[in-house]
Amino acid sequence: MDLLNNLALGFTVALSFQNLLWCFLGVLLGTLVGVLPGIGPVATIAMLLPVTFTLPPVSALIMLAGIYYGAQYGGSTTAILVNLPGESSSVVTALDGYQMARQGRAGPALGIAALGSFFAGTVSTLVIALFAPPLAEVALKFGPTEYFSLMVLGLIAAVVLAHGSLIKAIAMVILGLLLGLVGTDVNSGVARYSFGISELSDGIGFVTVAMGVFGISEIMANLQQQDTRDIFVAKIDRLLPSMDDLKKCIPSVIRGTVLGSALGILPGGGALLASFAAYTLEKKSAKPPRNFGKGDIRGVAAPESANNAGAQTSFIPLLTLGIPSNPVMALMIGAMMIQGIAPGPQVMTERPQLFWGMIASMWVGNLMLVILNLPLIGMWIKLLTVPYRLLYPAILVFCAIGVYSVNNASFDIYMMAIFAVLGYVWVKLECEPAPLILGFILGPMMEENLRRAMLLSRGDPSVFFTKPISAVLLGISLVLLLIVLSPSIKKKREEAFQEA
Amino acid sequence: MKIKAPKDFWAGLMFIAFGVGFAWVAQNYQMGTSVRMGPAYFPTVLGGILAVIGLAIAIQSLITAGGPVGRFYFRPLILIVLATVLFGVLLKPLGLVLSLAVLVGVGAFGGFEFRWKEVTVLYVVLAIFSVYVFVKGLGLPIPVWPGE
Repeated sequence: MDLLNNLALGFTVALSFQNLLWCFLGVLLGTLVGVLPGIGPVATIAMLLPVTFTLPPVSALIMLAGIYYGAQYGGSTTAILVNLPGESSSVVTALDGYQMARQGRAGPALGIAALGSFFAGTVSTLVIALFAPPLAEVALKFGPTEYFSLMVLGLIAAVVLAHGSLIKAIAMVILGLLLGLVGTDVNSGVARYSFGISELSDGIGFVTVAMGVFGISEIMANLQQQDTRDIFVAKIDRLLPSMDDLKKCIPSVIRGTVLGSALGILPGGGALLASFAAYTLEKKSAKPPRNFGKGDIRGVAAPESANNAGAQTSFIPLLTLGIPSNPVMALMIGAMMIQGIAPGPQVMTERPQLFWGMIASMWVGNLMLVILNLPLIGMWIKLLTVPYRLLYPAILVFCAIGVYSVNNASFDIYMMAIFAVLGYVWVKLECEPAPLILGFILGPMMEENLRRAMLLSRGDPSVFFTKPISAVLLGISLVLLLIVLSPSIKKKREEAFQEA
Repeated sequence: MKIKAPKDFWAGLMFIAFGVGFAWVAQNYQMGTSVRMGPAYFPTVLGGILAVIGLAIAIQSLITAGGPVGRFYFRPLILIVLATVLFGVLLKPLGLVLSLAVLVGVGAFGGFEFRWKEVTVLYVVLAIFSVYVFVKGLGLPIPVWPGE
């Protein structure tokens, strides 16, 4: 069995002492970030990227991945105990989870969240192991024409599934593509948009953009309101849910896992969409008596399984196609490039240890989270009482040092400040920055593939529609756009995001 | 003519400005042909599309009602940017320890309350942590003291 051999290879990599350590550090930091409101996984991964420069590529990616799924765990802990979703993907968990805590059932809520997540993590690890190789196989046959169309589809799907105004999201994607073009053009050697500034001829670092937009401008936005966190910490007597609870939850966990795994693979998907969709589905399909919004344990089990499954399967497009489906994955691509790895289908064949090691580490990391986090819950709650006025200067310091250390240049700090201001303006104008980051990372790749495709077709743009795979990909993009623009679906989409 | 959705109106103008700006600056580079695209080709096309989308958003804001632009809070905005930029300017001449004092100090002024004692303790902790973890531990080449 190929699959078993591959997984065995993966586990030998993931279980080495060094990688266990980095995995542990990743999930620990991720949980911390998940617990603390006001700082998300994107900013954290951006801040920690410089730290991983000195690590071998496998360890670096294992740690960064750990931060992402660790954050899902941490986010749900605070959502349940204090009604403060640390991550946006835990917003729906707070609905029923917090009610359970108020009724003195915080323990079972936390327990089912952890067990459901672990189950989802196990299944989605298998999903990745099963689906990634055939998908990579297909992708290896792609030429520049197909790749260009694939990127168009990826970007369109990402904005369709994101919330907020569709047309503004598309505009943000294009703005991101344009910003990604700043710097020396590989074909002609012309330094585009550098305005005679030598630092700009190397392009704008994506760490700089991510930290400015997701780190610093987030601080500015948070400092508008006085910190008034009312913390009701429930007593936790026992963590394990009763047999009755478990029986009740099994179908919910399975539904959440399946839905989450499927939504995670889609571009634009990932943990956030998965948890919202799972909660909506659960409200409709769970067996009566339904008690949603008033402490129904299935309202915790389903979204928690879904967000973890979605967080993990969103690695599939990254690992097989080299295309990010959300901002966190965009950062992972950046991390790979910094490590000298060109993301794409060849990663699996050329660097099987990296590929399978990372997949295996996800399962190991999930196990660590279950074992470590339940006993550590008391400590995480204490952290919540740290006021924001002590927290944000620390974030500021880590961002500033982190961005400086990428090139050892103060110039990057100034660029980060510029993007922080832009990010703040975007918040005020309700322009979501997530699509911008995706465009930013794909900009140069898209241009390169477009150029090659046009060169091969002797300047005939119709190849994008006459080559079958490319035509199908573009067709799907068009259908997606039309579907979203149709009034009835538009309303449904808005409703789905307003559930919370 | 009345602006019915100020938030979208200004967003539209911003996209037009970026689109036109990128396309305009691109005219300094070679356009090339569709077979051999020059460095100006892709940005010109994208800038054009962005400007058109921006225009559509702006026009729509005159027709459909929408929300006002969110309120700007200038105190955190200015002080956080100032703190960051000062840190960038001072890091090389003064070293990490002193420039962190400026970053943490000015940054803390951007919040609601400034407590001397608290900020001082926070600064000391962050400075020690940064020097030991980033410079000594990870070996990042950052000067610690002035003149290093």
